[in-house]
Amino acid sequence: MDSASKTRGFAHRHLLGIEGLTPAEIVTLLDLAEEAVAVSRQVEKKKSVLRGRTQINLFFEASTRTQSSFEIAGKRLGADVMNMSVGASSVKKGETLVDTAMTLNAMNPDILVVRHHAAGAVHLLAQKVGCSVVNAGDGAHEHPTQALLDALTIRRHKGPIHRLRIAICGDILHSRVARSNILLLSALGAEIRCVGPSTLLPKALDRLGVDIFTDMRKGLEGADIVMMLRLQRERMDGSFVPSVREYFRYFGLDAEKLALAAPGALVMHPGPMNRGVEIDSEIADGPQSLIREQVEMGVAVRMAVLEALAQHLPN
Amino acid sequence: MDSLSRPIVFENARVVDPSRGLDAPGRVVVTDGVIKAAGPGATGTPDGAEIVDAAGRIVAPGLVDVRVFVGEPGADHRETFASAGQAAAAGGVTTIVTMPDTDPVIDDPALVDFIARRARDTAAVRVLPMAALTKHLAGREMTEIGLLREAGAVAFTDGRRSVANPQVMRRALTYARDFGALIVNQPTDADLVGAGVMNEGETAMRLGLPGIPKEAEIIVVERDVRLAALTGGRYHAAQISCAESLDVVRRAKKAGLAVTCGVSVAHLTLNERDIGPYRTFFRMTPPLRAEEDRQAMIDGVADGTIDVIVSSHDPQDVDTKRHPFAEAADGAVGLETLLAAALRLVHDGRTDFLTLFRALSTRPAELLGLPGGRLAPGAPADLVLIDPDMPWICAAEGLRSRSKNTPFEGARFSGRVLRTLVAGRTVYRYAQS
Repeated sequence: MDSASKTRGFAHRHLLGIEGLTPAEIVTLLDLAEEAVAVSRQVEKKKSVLRGRTQINLFFEASTRTQSSFEIAGKRLGADVMNMSVGASSVKKGETLVDTAMTLNAMNPDILVVRHHAAGAVHLLAQKVGCSVVNAGDGAHEHPTQALLDALTIRRHKGPIHRLRIAICGDILHSRVARSNILLLSALGAEIRCVGPSTLLPKALDRLGVDIFTDMRKGLEGADIVMMLRLQRERMDGSFVPSVREYFRYFGLDAEKLALAAPGALVMHPGPMNRGVEIDSEIADGPQSLIREQVEMGVAVRMAVLEALAQHLPN
Repeated sequence: MDSLSRPIVFENARVVDPSRGLDAPGRVVVTDGVIKAAGPGATGTPDGAEIVDAAGRIVAPGLVDVRVFVGEPGADHRETFASAGQAAAAGGVTTIVTMPDTDPVIDDPALVDFIARRARDTAAVRVLPMAALTKHLAGREMTEIGLLREAGAVAFTDGRRSVANPQVMRRALTYARDFGALIVNQPTDADLVGAGVMNEGETAMRLGLPGIPKEAEIIVVERDVRLAALTGGRYHAAQISCAESLDVVRRAKKAGLAVTCGVSVAHLTLNERDIGPYRTFFRMTPPLRAEEDRQAMIDGVADGTIDVIVSSHDPQDVDTKRHPFAEAADGAVGLETLLAAALRLVHDGRTDFLTLFRALSTRPAELLGLPGGRLAPGAPADLVLIDPDMPWICAAEGLRSRSKNTPFEGARFSGRVLRTLVAGRTVYRYAQS
């Protein structure tokens, strides 16, 4: 099969979220990503799907990992990639998100990869520009490529996702990673558990069809995958949880808690990790950890997404 | 306003006057800017009168909209008294009551006087200001309620802001009682709102937006009602949005307290789901709530627990609205769509015309002690002629307001204002375009 027919199962101009994707489209992207893994492990890593195309990575929020992952993915597909970091302080007074987008749009990019601290910012941008837009994380809303790379990592180790029990643990309230993963993994038939203190669980979370646990020991019981989320420092000073040590005691992943999960359970973390806060170093670097592999899969998934979008770019 | 207008007689009208419980075929006779007679028994035709054949359409008292934000002074680029007046006239609103959160804040008698004069010179409809309840809207020291009232302030409120300190609220209610002044508060606990930008619940969770719990409103309504009981002051909750707040007001009324409340037409016709993909024109205070709450608000209008329906007209432009949802300003324009949107309650069989115009015209005038809001003989001839069934589609571009932030873009309405009179003078006439 040539690459064009493989991407035919994905008929969107933008990737703004997992919401709105069918299970078949998700699988199309994961299959494409498998090939990208192979390409990325060759000496010759270049493909030409995006040759002559311009990709701009527009990051309103700093992210070394995601930005470099998108950059490498774009370059491996032959695109000209430009990184633009727009720190909150360097946004010129009065210049809005839309102004910035319109300015970039005038330079005729083909693909805009956008990260923004506000939920919905990427949607807004997609309405205003003429090119394909990829959401690289918007506020507490979605981070679709993270969910795709997590699913790819899981699939490579555990086979088909359905019937797996997956525990997502920590700060669900502020986590776009959690939202995208819940949507994606439940679309593929997994049993999802959300584990965290009630102050970090959004209201109406149960409406996503997940089981909710405030006792991590119970939540981890029989879990095939334990997915840890980052807890930001400023939320551990009494506003959401009283202290780091109390959080680690009840919700930090250590060997003792992990032992309650299913035999052979695997541990994931979207990074960057707070060692000793949500995860013990020993676990993060241990044999059950997939954390480093997630990074490799990140590049592959982003290549797949860019390739799938490329077929809809005007010639 | 010119009171020496030509007399006018509406023949074959359906006369709706909640002040007399009247909804009947009849005539309306206007001379010298006042209602001479209105209803089935109205006779006589003054010399030189213009005769209008209403052909069975409704003549009702003009709307009295008690929650309107105008950009003047300080933000004329969003709205002036002139543009708000045009929008009001086209929407059948004959009196707009302005909010004090302008730049400068309306907390001084000289500024109340400025608004009165400026509006008289430029606005097509009556404009009456509410003054600030606390100096600079800071929520600490009360304003000169007596002097402001003498200058023409019709009530006292901190506008968008809610009075946080219960001691300040208690004193204001107590002091205002001596003047019979009405205290208006937007019941919102700012701390509970926190970073919230829309109703808390499934929709907010799915959109990844911080939610505002209903308790942020309910707790303040409850507090204010207790303070009204303690002080005997007259209290009006500017807008409520959830079923539980309605219960609190219902109990207060049953206990005989001088407590009233309002609702915005948006909360009667829209819910949180309308936000869709982060549409900022649907961002407002209080936030659009769940469908059950919307239904409860309609019940509240139907049974009279909710006294008034307001537009909560709040002009915003692209500078404040074209942002990610969490960073955009609250507010929606509504003067021109107030009546048309409210008529959905009648078309859906939830209320009748009398109930609707009581909430849009008669009760708000009563609350503020205004002579209008009714078609009784001797009342000012502030009235509307409407075709309650005429279909139209709302287009933001066609709105007379300087700002186009309507949540009703593309909405299909049944019911259109054909003519608006203020003090007997025609300020708007529908022209088929």
